[in-house]
Amino acid sequence: MSTNGTEKKWDRRSADTAERMAAAARFIGPGKQFKPEDTVALLEAVIRPGDRVNIEGNNQKQADFLAESLNKVDKSKIHDLHMVQSAVPLPVHLDLFESGIAKKLDFAFGGPQAGRVAEFIRDGKMELGAIHTYLELFSRYFLDLTPKVSLICAYKADKKGNLYTGFNTEDTPTIVEATKFSQGIVIAQVNEIVDELPRVDIPADWIDAVVQSPKPFFIEPLFTRDPALITDSQILLAMLCLKGIYGEYEVKRLNHGIGFLTSAIELMLPTYGAELGLKGKICTHMALNPHPTMIPAIEDGWVQQIHCFGGELGMEKFVAARPDVFFVGPDGSLRSNRAYSQAAGQYACDMFIGGTLQIDKYGNSSTATANRVAGFGGAPNMGSDAHGRRHSTDAWLKCGAEQPTLDRTLGNMPRGKKLVVQGVETFGEGRAPVFVEELDAWKLAKNANLPLPPVMIYADDLTHIVTEEGIAYLNRAPDIEARMAAIRAVAGYTEIGLKADPAETKRLREQRIVMTPEDLGVDRKRADRSMLAARSIQDLVTWSGGLYNPPARFRNW
Amino acid sequence: MALNTLEFHVKIDEGTKSIDKPVHLGVVGSGDMEVLMEPKDLKGAVSIKLVTPVAGFDELWKRVVETFVSETLLGDVHLEINDNNATPAVVLLRLRQAFAEATGE
Repeated sequence: MSTNGTEKKWDRRSADTAERMAAAARFIGPGKQFKPEDTVALLEAVIRPGDRVNIEGNNQKQADFLAESLNKVDKSKIHDLHMVQSAVPLPVHLDLFESGIAKKLDFAFGGPQAGRVAEFIRDGKMELGAIHTYLELFSRYFLDLTPKVSLICAYKADKKGNLYTGFNTEDTPTIVEATKFSQGIVIAQVNEIVDELPRVDIPADWIDAVVQSPKPFFIEPLFTRDPALITDSQILLAMLCLKGIYGEYEVKRLNHGIGFLTSAIELMLPTYGAELGLKGKICTHMALNPHPTMIPAIEDGWVQQIHCFGGELGMEKFVAARPDVFFVGPDGSLRSNRAYSQAAGQYACDMFIGGTLQIDKYGNSSTATANRVAGFGGAPNMGSDAHGRRHSTDAWLKCGAEQPTLDRTLGNMPRGKKLVVQGVETFGEGRAPVFVEELDAWKLAKNANLPLPPVMIYADDLTHIVTEEGIAYLNRAPDIEARMAAIRAVAGYTEIGLKADPAETKRLREQRIVMTPEDLGVDRKRADRSMLAARSIQDLVTWSGGLYNPPARFRNW
Repeated sequence: MALNTLEFHVKIDEGTKSIDKPVHLGVVGSGDMEVLMEPKDLKGAVSIKLVTPVAGFDELWKRVVETFVSETLLGDVHLEINDNNATPAVVLLRLRQAFAEATGE
């Protein structure tokens, strides 16, 4: 009811959008198309100072042309934007803050610009909202961080403005849903405009304007690991993982991180995995990008189903030829979706395994360094126990039941736990110790005025650490003292590891809280590259029957 | 890059065993190393000559080699290591592999 004689309005958002679109109407022709040369003027028409704006881009595809155009707007007209977006990997994402077009950032992943993010925060050029995980940020798109304007990218548009995002659908549906259904404005860059799309991924009436970009959008083959670069140490760690964790818990549903260790594991399923009799017992369902190093295991019949966050350059034909394994559209090409795959990784996976730069003496881990606000993308979603989970699997139940502390919080109530595994060599690049007294994340928090140190995986979620010294089964530790002792026992020659007490390590081994390669029956001498089902990119092409088409930089023949 | 040469001895008190034949293992690739392990009369000690581009990790090298010698009870052996930024994990792996090859264990 009206109080001061003014009528209460309920459509301010759509009225605001209509007003902005009216100002942009002169640039927009049939099929919602506008010309590349009108892009800056169109952005100036639809964006207002202080708007929440999303530029699509994650660690894979990028709406780069629209990002560059946003940098060219008149700063007296558009300034102090609040950017809400998955990632800021391109220089232009940060240039916006340099010039004052943008002021505040809420994001999930910094990538190559991580150093500038820290610098800008320190210098007052950027106000940081928070470093999120993907699902956390996507969730906020639907509550308190809904974009007013989103700049997205797709492979193709048709003459009506329908979009084909295809292989690299990734974040697009989530961004468009949040923006369009809150009466915001969605602008798309596409590589080409065609008469007929292979399939419609985003319907035209969810899109306000489309431009054919002068060049195809940038995309990074971030998940391609050359088997030729896998080391014997990584192979030893992979043997420990397969025998001491995958086999021990019979983990069927899982996510793999991006590193060389998990690539080694993928390439050792048809070899060491088969020798251990694990085919059909592990790795049958995965939330995973189409990693080229999965080709041998897929061809060998290990995997029933894979759902992908995004695509991977060169894997298009292989995926299309394996529709029983991957999710493909009626046109036969992959449909990836980051939000759904992250949800699967968090709720439907029994295990996450990945690497990190640092682990502290309690088991907290982070890839943040003192001067880089890197963010973590998906690892913290998948590398955390999903407390809302209610369905059970053997692996989840076993990991939970092994916790001696369960009765202290839940009485006699059984509950499972996700396996969260960090696989690391005790020393990383440049002989930097991975095990540290205190994470560099604390220094970063101080340097960049963050309210708390950015932790990738918290100690209470971490269940296992694998190093060349063996496996620490942290879920079996009765208290934090035993947990810290188990970490010391696998920390090798780092300062943390040198504090290990041999008598205590012996007790932990007797209790199976720590197991060395010898305890597990893993023969170190066998840790060499003959364990890999494919030893080069060319081997992967051969395994794929010629369907895998590696990007030029991975071709050395 | 300037290379550092580090030479030291390790001797353990327990009964030691040597090897029958010299072995060579590994390559000086990035993050890797090669080791030449040969029998030599050193009154039960192990002598090490190490060439590495890394400075400031002398103590770490000694600890890693001491661990290797005490777990294998090696004596009367000379080790030559050419390193290219191998981590301690790789160093121990190569030493153990060389030992296994030299002793047939």
